[in-house]
Amino acid sequence: MINSLFLINPSGEIFLEKHWKSVVSRSVCDYFLEAKEKALEPEDVPPVIHTPHHYLISIYRDKLFFLSVIQTEVPPLFVIEFLHRVAEMIQDYFGECSETVVKDHMVMVYELLEEMLDNGFPLATESNVLKEMIRPPTILRSVVNTLTGTSNVGDTLPTGQPSTIPWRRAGVRYTNNEAYFDVVEEIDAILDQSGTTVFAEIQGVVEACVKLSGMPDLTLSFMNPRLLDDVSFHPCVRYKLWESERVLSFIPPDGNFTLMTYHVNAQNLVAIPVYVKQSISFFECGSDGRLDVTVGPKQTMGKTVEGVMVTVHLPKTILSINLTATQGSYTYDNGTKLLVWDIGKLNPQKLPNLRGSLSLQAGAPKPEENPSLNIDLNIQQLAISGLKVNRLDMFGEKYKPFKGVKYITKAGKFQVRT
Amino acid sequence: MTDSKYFTTTKKGEIFELKAELNSDKKEKKKEAVKKVIASMTVGKDVSALFPDVVNCMQTDNLELKKLVYLYLMNYAKSQPDMAIMAVNTFVKDCEDANPLIRALAVRTMGCIRVDKITEYLCEPLRKCLKDEDPYVRKTAAVCVAKLHDINAQLVEDQGFLDTLKDLISDSNPMVVANAVAALSEIAESHPNSNLLDLNPQSINKLLTALNECTEWGQIFILDCLANYTPRDDRESQSICERVTPRLSHANSAVVLSAVKVLMKFMEMLPKDLDYYSTLLKKLAPPLVTLLSAEPELQYVALRNINLIVQKRPEILKHEMKVFFVKYNDPIYVKLEKLDIMIRLASQANIAQVLAELKEYATEVDVDFVRKAVRAIGRCAIKVEQSAERCVSTLLDLIQTKVNYVVQEAIVVIKDIFRKYPNKYESVIATLCENLDSLDEPEARAAMIWIVGEYAERIDNADELLESFLEGFHDESTQVQLQLLTAIVKLFLKKPTETQELVQQVLSLATQDSDNPDLRDRGYIYWRLLSTDPVAAKEVVLAEKPLISEETDLIEPTLLEELICHIGTLASVYHKPPSAFVEGSRGVMHKRLPARTGSGESTESPDVGAAGGSAPEAAPSIIPSQGDLLGDLLNLDMAPPTTSGPPPPSTGMQMGGMDLLGGGLDSLMGDESEPLGGDIGGSPAMGAGFGAAPAVMPASLNAPVGGGLGDLFDLGGVGMPMGAYIPPKIVWLPAMKAKGLEISGTFARRAGVIQMELILTNKAMSVMTDFAIQFNRNSFGLAPAGPLQVLTPLGPNQTIEVSLPLSTVGPVMKMDPLNNLQVAVKNNIDVFYFSCQYPISMLFVEDGKMERQVFLATWKDIPNDNESQFQIKDCHLNSDAASSKLQGSNIFTIAKRTVEGQDMLYMSIKLSNGIWVLAELRVQAGNPNYTISLKCRAPEVSQCVFQCYEAVLKN
Repeated sequence: MINSLFLINPSGEIFLEKHWKSVVSRSVCDYFLEAKEKALEPEDVPPVIHTPHHYLISIYRDKLFFLSVIQTEVPPLFVIEFLHRVAEMIQDYFGECSETVVKDHMVMVYELLEEMLDNGFPLATESNVLKEMIRPPTILRSVVNTLTGTSNVGDTLPTGQPSTIPWRRAGVRYTNNEAYFDVVEEIDAILDQSGTTVFAEIQGVVEACVKLSGMPDLTLSFMNPRLLDDVSFHPCVRYKLWESERVLSFIPPDGNFTLMTYHVNAQNLVAIPVYVKQSISFFECGSDGRLDVTVGPKQTMGKTVEGVMVTVHLPKTILSINLTATQGSYTYDNGTKLLVWDIGKLNPQKLPNLRGSLSLQAGAPKPEENPSLNIDLNIQQLAISGLKVNRLDMFGEKYKPFKGVKYITKAGKFQVRT
Repeated sequence: MTDSKYFTTTKKGEIFELKAELNSDKKEKKKEAVKKVIASMTVGKDVSALFPDVVNCMQTDNLELKKLVYLYLMNYAKSQPDMAIMAVNTFVKDCEDANPLIRALAVRTMGCIRVDKITEYLCEPLRKCLKDEDPYVRKTAAVCVAKLHDINAQLVEDQGFLDTLKDLISDSNPMVVANAVAALSEIAESHPNSNLLDLNPQSINKLLTALNECTEWGQIFILDCLANYTPRDDRESQSICERVTPRLSHANSAVVLSAVKVLMKFMEMLPKDLDYYSTLLKKLAPPLVTLLSAEPELQYVALRNINLIVQKRPEILKHEMKVFFVKYNDPIYVKLEKLDIMIRLASQANIAQVLAELKEYATEVDVDFVRKAVRAIGRCAIKVEQSAERCVSTLLDLIQTKVNYVVQEAIVVIKDIFRKYPNKYESVIATLCENLDSLDEPEARAAMIWIVGEYAERIDNADELLESFLEGFHDESTQVQLQLLTAIVKLFLKKPTETQELVQQVLSLATQDSDNPDLRDRGYIYWRLLSTDPVAAKEVVLAEKPLISEETDLIEPTLLEELICHIGTLASVYHKPPSAFVEGSRGVMHKRLPARTGSGESTESPDVGAAGGSAPEAAPSIIPSQGDLLGDLLNLDMAPPTTSGPPPPSTGMQMGGMDLLGGGLDSLMGDESEPLGGDIGGSPAMGAGFGAAPAVMPASLNAPVGGGLGDLFDLGGVGMPMGAYIPPKIVWLPAMKAKGLEISGTFARRAGVIQMELILTNKAMSVMTDFAIQFNRNSFGLAPAGPLQVLTPLGPNQTIEVSLPLSTVGPVMKMDPLNNLQVAVKNNIDVFYFSCQYPISMLFVEDGKMERQVFLATWKDIPNDNESQFQIKDCHLNSDAASSKLQGSNIFTIAKRTVEGQDMLYMSIKLSNGIWVLAELRVQAGNPNYTISLKCRAPEVSQCVFQCYEAVLKN
């Protein structure tokens, strides 16, 4: 099981350590730091490292390394999932996950880690349960605590804990009972030079914010559930009913949670909302090149494409660039050679264009690699797969809840090759 | 307010100040002080001096303060065991608290304090908590048993906690069940043989019920535990699969992968024509695809496992090629894994797409990735024959880019394509030659030189090209030097008239000016070959090479099966069996067997150590290393004399056999039955290279196996009650080491004929044919008396028993141990080497009964120095029974004398090579220990003879 956890910042400094079994010396991190030195980018550090006596499993998230030390055969995915859970917990409690935040709440993070794992076994990782054990800090509470001497630590066992519904506590009361669902879809796609789709799929997620009193039993149904290729559910969803009737039936956790994630990879179902006309070329002789990029709407189902942004990693040998954008603005960092063109809303009548010249360092050869374009965008009120929620029914409670569904489509890893 | 304020005071009197605050009357001040202490602790400051003051704060009803003190205790109790005892009373009291949270907290913390004195007090509270009415306390207590076991295993067993833990598997609360399973699994790991998780249909049913209701982490433990179960029949297997399948839709990827493991394992038992089987196959693909959209670290582990899954059941993901396409901002470790899987999934149907992608990757920024992409194109050509032409033209396009490392990689893979499709694509050689000057990496240079040598007759200026390399011969790496030597010899054999000078030059460079024994040996071999019989040299050096196949990078089936059972574990990430982790303090990987020079050769030449050094070099050609793209394909060619010459099938036994041991070159020496050591004029080093190299290789490869065998022999086993003693069959050559061929066997003497009895099992996926066997020279000249009779091809999973009669007229070389036998077995796939030890009793001949007079005279004649004495312990036969038993193995009793209740048996033995062994066996009635004295003119055999006595008498 998980022996120890080290939090390491990008410069390689260990700023928190927690041991759940006997203490493992910090020096074990040297193997990791060595691997980190070798990697070009922090993202490239291999997640599983083998040392003479331990295994080091790490994740890189929010510009921090979460490094766990393992001594026996433990499923690596189990460890990685847990580390992500730790990061999410910090995010959830303190609003962000960063070195400063962890240092500011060192003792509380330490208490939380102790609560999450016992002897390397996960104990309480559900945010609902944790929050009842150790209350998250608020300005009000810290003032009250100082005045009255009460603490952030709950002194009774969370009520949901021993029941068979560990994700929900009993006795929830709200004056306004509401249930909101966000259907968020991300398009992962690779387009080639000519604009043909090489590969495309949709990663969807249904995020829920449920604030309902008592023990509501909800049923959510879709108009077209068959277009989902693979689904994974929050543990509250009754799988049998999904198998037989394709409806989501569940007693929800209290507050925000991810109800389900799904996957659509039938190519014909994945609409590509924008097209990109681009050319990045360098002259055979001389040290100049040209860049010309135009973005336009394609299959948008009548909605407006917003928040469009194009990111390009230009070749290392570029010296300077001189571009003009007909819409939006661009920034260019000469250190990282990162060009970001922030376009904003797409206007079908007047297509945004970015063009101009690139100059290479003197004497540098024509770059070999073709930089890929990364596209960011979002479309409000549209699930690009066409998924639609049919209805939400509630059983088990008498009041009438307020219900709402929102759709949004974003670009995930949306790349255009040049 | 933040905790950073706790770090601000770093003045000298910090500890003193804290001490005062800890002893303050005000609760709030106390708590703040403890927080400061904890904060210092988390960043690694030593605050152990405050131990008594912090422990004093423990008795409080403020839960947060209590928790903080507990945190402190866990860290420092070990360094202050005497002080820690102060805390025990509070712990014991807390274990009785009315609040289950406090009961659980107390038992949990106590388990974390690794101090003996405290653990003694833990037992009673723990026992109570394991039976607590509150499930939260029970589940905490279950984990506590695992903690206690880690500290003091004996105590846990004595107190009967393991049984209580087993009972918890039937608990009504699923979380308790999950934790009990997790605790038992962890305990079982440190006791691999204990039967802690005794799974039966009832307990399986309980686990499956708990699976639906427990937390995600509990599901992982339960699924991993289920995977160890073997269902009784396919119906049980199917019902488990049905109940596990819903886990594939879990949001936690670890749960999904553990479920995949259970399904992959239990699917084996389902009949393939079952509808459910194909339904299950279809259900497996989507969750695997979904794993690839998770965070990169998760993707990596998933990809490593998918790599195993596509090798075992390619049908699952055959339509999902596109999800493995690489995104430019994937981390490099994800990119490389995706590439590997793309090649595994490549088929005629999707090759066009794959090639287009690979070509795209070859223009990326990341050099490692680009190189691997180029190699992948070559691998596609070898894998999908129809695509070869397109691959070659893609590679040519890439060469045109003139990017240095792309060109070099392309040349390396084109060489492999030539090996796979000879005489098809040689038209591209001209293009390759244009890039000769830009090659600076040894592997690429070696590949280019190989191409030039191999096709010397078609390249007009081959001699000039090779000569240009020769200028800097000594600066080249060994790989290039060896290749250059071979290439020039090839050139000479093809165009003898113009290149005589060149070949002279390279031979002298290799043999006289080089310190590298490999190079020198190869040089001498060519030299002698060319000077003795150029025609034979041509046959050897220019022999047709076996075609290479893509299978070299597949994981060997038995290992793959093992790894499939370990999906989701570290073993599956490393693609190594868990045994490689557990033994040798989890560190030493046995990727290559350690080189051990056979001491039998050491008498021949002092140079043998150096020659032995070359043995591991050759190892990869016999045991392919996994994972590398094409690396090992090149190695195949590193030592052309040993692997490139296919043994001529029709030559006599002597010739064919020599081939197996020494490769093509030895067949030339087939007519010389003497070791080559002395008779090659002027060069002792060469002799050493000759005599030793072939022998060293099998010895060093199989030495560890041989060592283990010795022990097994001593242990004995079930033998025949009467007649000659035959040791039980044991595995000589495990399938892992021989590309799926497993050989086990024994030796027997039946009716005066020595027989080697073999069982050959094919554990690979392909059919094996063309079996042949040969022995290395050995102490008693054992040699096969006929060919290995395997007439029908051996299909996958087939087994055949063969009896091979042996003669004792083969070439002799003293081995250590004396009865060691090095064997080479060939089939259509490769040549494999192993060594085994035979019981010397099979060499005892039937006419070994000596005349009494002669016996007496001989006994006196042999000097006393040659006498050795041994003890045979725990033998309960009387002297007559022993005598008749020994007679069955041709150990003859000549006389018996009884002196003072002690029977003295005099015996004689004759070995097949005429050596006589005389023995005196003393048996005292009532004493199970025999004493045996052996006298022989060759005292070396005594030890072996004694072993036979022991084996025969005890069976």
